[in-house]
Amino acid sequence: MTKWEAMRFGALVSVPMMLGNLPFGMIFGSLAVSQGLDPWVPIAMSLIVFAGSAQFVALGLFAVSTPILIIIFTTFIVNLRHLLYSADYMKYVKHLPMAWRAVLAFGLTDETYAATKPYFVNGKLDETTGHWAYLGSVVAFYTMWNLTTIIGVVAGELIPGMSEWGLEFAMVATFLGIITTYLRNSAYWISFVVAGTAALFLYKLPNNLGMLLAALLGVLAGVAVQHLQAHLTKTKDDQHA
Amino acid sequence: MPDTLSLILTIFGMFVVTFSIRFVLYARAHRIQLPVWLEEALAYVPVAVLTAIIMPMMLMPNKQVDLSWHNPWLLGGLAAFIIGLSFKKPLLTIAVGVAVFFASQFLLA
Repeated sequence: MTKWEAMRFGALVSVPMMLGNLPFGMIFGSLAVSQGLDPWVPIAMSLIVFAGSAQFVALGLFAVSTPILIIIFTTFIVNLRHLLYSADYMKYVKHLPMAWRAVLAFGLTDETYAATKPYFVNGKLDETTGHWAYLGSVVAFYTMWNLTTIIGVVAGELIPGMSEWGLEFAMVATFLGIITTYLRNSAYWISFVVAGTAALFLYKLPNNLGMLLAALLGVLAGVAVQHLQAHLTKTKDDQHA
Repeated sequence: MPDTLSLILTIFGMFVVTFSIRFVLYARAHRIQLPVWLEEALAYVPVAVLTAIIMPMMLMPNKQVDLSWHNPWLLGGLAAFIIGLSFKKPLLTIAVGVAVFFASQFLLA
């Protein structure tokens, strides 16, 4: 593949997920203005932060007047999962100049990771052209995210009362779409159950602390189960040996 | 709503932490090896974080646990969850979940 073909390929494989995500930028933009934020706030967020779930969570925190540092810390926790993606994609960018790596890092969203990952796995993309396909996917999602945010802002200004429609449910459904792809063994299930239960019990804690603690407990539970299982398998093997 | 300066600072702060998370490993990609415990823990971060965000939205939309059939958030969420587990296709999960949510919201109104 030439670099242009690779870029187009990256954008093309992103199309299905872009269609699915089309509503979210609009919902984000309209929700923000119907909550009383000025139009520049959601637009600047989408342009500069470019992290859908954290942007939604921030809207919820603005609405209950959360301190700035708490919002930023929450963003950190919510986006920590991108460290997982970058750990995985490190091998495909390590030969690139720093400016390239910075651009690709800026665009490392759930969507680009999910859209390009299968092709790195099956070998269609590799170190020679992979970064061009990755870039194509980033450009496609970035353009879409910002355009749909603006459309949402305009819609939110024109149609009053949109914040009461329950549009945030789209975020719940999206996250469930991601979560269910992970639930393939007992360690992930336990992590899911512990994080979910803890989030309900700790909900009353101030400043979103309940969510952060619940997430931490979920991670610990998953790791604990994984180690327990490894330990049990090992003991069993030792007995047989 | 927060004042303009707070909003600017918040957005800037959100950018800094988001970009740092995404860039830190890329920046040192040619000479870094993640500790094993960190890689293990990171594997559970998406499930744990996303679940902790949505569970209260689904089960306590009015700040109290509501497990009744009159809760569209629960119905839509359950539908999305079941479809997600059965087919593992995020787009289908989203479409069915959103459809059930809006249908039940409309019917229960």
